[in-house]
Amino acid sequence: MFKIVERRELNSIEFEIFVEAPRIAQKAQAGQFVILRIDHNGERIPLTVVDTEPDKGLVRLIFQVIGKSTAALAKLQTGDSLSDLVGPLGKATEIENYGTVLLVGGGVGIAALFPIIKALKAVGNKVITILGAKNKELLILADECRKYSDELYLMTDDGTLGQKGLVTDAMKFVFAKEKIDTAWAVGPSPMMKFSTLAAKKAGVPIYVSLNPIMVDGTGMCGGCRVTVDKKIKFACVDGPEFLGAGVDWDDFSNRMKQYRDEEQIADTIYKGGMPNGKA
Amino acid sequence: MAKRSYTKTPMRELAPEIRNRSFSEVALGYSLEEGQLEASRCLQCKNAPCIQNCPVMIDIPGFIKHIEVGDLKSAHEVLSKYTNLPAICGRVCPQEKQCEMTCRLGRSKKFEPVAIGNLERLVADWACQQPIEMISNSKDKGKVAIIGSGPSGLTAAGDLAKLGYDVTIFEALHVPGGVLTYGIPEFRLPKKIVEKEIEIITAQGVTIETNVVVGKTITMEEIQAEFAACYLSVGAGAPNFMNLPGTSLNGVYSSSEYLTRINLMKAYDFPNYDTPVLTSKNVVVIGGGNVAMDAARSAKRLGAKNVAVIYRRSKEELPARKEEYEHSVEEGINYHWQTNPVEYINDGTGKLKAIKCVKIKLGEADESGRRRPIVIPNSEFIITADTAIEAIGQGANRVLLDTFPDLRLNRWGYIEANRETGETNIPGIFAGGDIVTGAATVILAMGAGKVAATQIDSYIQNQKVHV
Repeated sequence: MFKIVERRELNSIEFEIFVEAPRIAQKAQAGQFVILRIDHNGERIPLTVVDTEPDKGLVRLIFQVIGKSTAALAKLQTGDSLSDLVGPLGKATEIENYGTVLLVGGGVGIAALFPIIKALKAVGNKVITILGAKNKELLILADECRKYSDELYLMTDDGTLGQKGLVTDAMKFVFAKEKIDTAWAVGPSPMMKFSTLAAKKAGVPIYVSLNPIMVDGTGMCGGCRVTVDKKIKFACVDGPEFLGAGVDWDDFSNRMKQYRDEEQIADTIYKGGMPNGKA
Repeated sequence: MAKRSYTKTPMRELAPEIRNRSFSEVALGYSLEEGQLEASRCLQCKNAPCIQNCPVMIDIPGFIKHIEVGDLKSAHEVLSKYTNLPAICGRVCPQEKQCEMTCRLGRSKKFEPVAIGNLERLVADWACQQPIEMISNSKDKGKVAIIGSGPSGLTAAGDLAKLGYDVTIFEALHVPGGVLTYGIPEFRLPKKIVEKEIEIITAQGVTIETNVVVGKTITMEEIQAEFAACYLSVGAGAPNFMNLPGTSLNGVYSSSEYLTRINLMKAYDFPNYDTPVLTSKNVVVIGGGNVAMDAARSAKRLGAKNVAVIYRRSKEELPARKEEYEHSVEEGINYHWQTNPVEYINDGTGKLKAIKCVKIKLGEADESGRRRPIVIPNSEFIITADTAIEAIGQGANRVLLDTFPDLRLNRWGYIEANRETGETNIPGIFAGGDIVTGAATVILAMGAGKVAATQIDSYIQNQKVHV
């Protein structure tokens, strides 16, 4: 059992938990993820490790409520336990001093971007960060990201914080004024796709972190396969980071929809409703 | 004594039309009387060939003799000397190719061999009903780490605990058992049986730590520092894909994913369990091994109207156990022989709609002794399918191997280990099961585990002499 020693509501849909997992806290590096299971009936949920406190044996996780399982996870309180937590999984981000790096995060993807920002700053990069969300309420970790960034741009769809617009608008601005050596984008798949296109235009290599549907997370089932450079790759062991230019985005978005009907059924039942004749 | 029956005492089974709608176990086991009747068919051969042909060399006539007189306790004591997983072996061993193939009774033309597997199951199921006995083996001979809790690792662990070692098994998933848990369906191997046999092993003092991915959660260096020896039995869990156009369409699965969702995550009970699996009308399984049969029969049980297996050779070459094939036919699974898929067809929304296939003719035998498949020109045809499951075998999983570059691998990427001893190129590191042989059977993996236990014992004792 893995105890939740701290829990915070970041906003109406995004939550943060600190979980006791000493081994994972010792090993996790930027870019890696864990898989958790809430209870006996639960599914295996992959989440990026946001941060660790190795001396306290804690792993910090942030998630957004999108369906039944994440809704159930949000209900857990300080002192409750997860039945399972395994990791760190996936390859770590290749951290080195590239020179000037651009980091682009969208929505809950900012949580996965944060450890990369921190690690890149620690080895001496000039870090330029762009964060985007629907509105001020949903833009998370801005202050923490600012701490490790030389420049920070905030974008919201409705203009309630920073500039009104998309992260790609800010990317164009940064590319126009600065020579970027390497970039990262983490967020919803359309955002990663268009960030990739913007970076490509500027001739900058950009890494994206893919979060497809996954089961075991150790390369055993092949459910998380993604098409990169026209080849089948498993996001859990070959990734989760890939160069965005090689990713087949249509393919990726399509596979994310695999269980849309089933997810809806589970969600409806969880909220106390009847499944709409589909079960 | 009554005259020996020519045929095996039949085992009761759920009727096909009932079982193909349920994940309940198909074969129902022998009663004691049925078992005694079957046991009385055994000739009690001296130098019994069945023992020689059993990968863990169970004293088969020995345990059968006790069944004949109704003494299941003594029968179990005999079995326990050789196997830690008898209820599992009794169910999933290919007996027809091992013990039962060499049975002297079966070799006389008129008689079927003794139903050794069924008898083993009878004894083991009886044992599973008994209270678990905690055994306090001494643990002072040293610490041994076992990576992977499948049949090979469990066997080695049980044997090493009996020898007096302090054994820890590390398992990457949240439940132990390896392929017994995530791969073999409930209707062939109920999970409560697996849990029970694992409990019997842990009651001997073996510790199992789940949720530990060796190479990630802890490193091999840490294992080597803490343990006197280590047995790598991580299985061959990396699915192969045929790489056909359309492989990424929704509805195309590897058998590993399909079966893991169903067995480990209990997707057949969705939404009571949170993990879904697609329920489909027309399911096509590609491959001809036991895994293909398991996937096809699972799909039927999930409610598919039509389930077909496509296999590139003929029925004669089917690698699956005959019993599994026959059960599948009874349950309404169809077969397309000498057929290969060439393309998955999109319904326009990113879902699978159909599979384009070709017909195959069989040429000369290749080095494996099986006839080589040759595509017949212009033989393309379409099979409607909303789910396709590729059950074409596994490769070596790289998660641990990539973090342990000193370990020597063979040209297929499996660990190079001495088949007689389990030794690898690194002293104190032993390996066995599918990660050495490639995908094989539960009992062969168990055999490797037994060998490893003996060899690890002598390795550690020798080290002590030399220190």
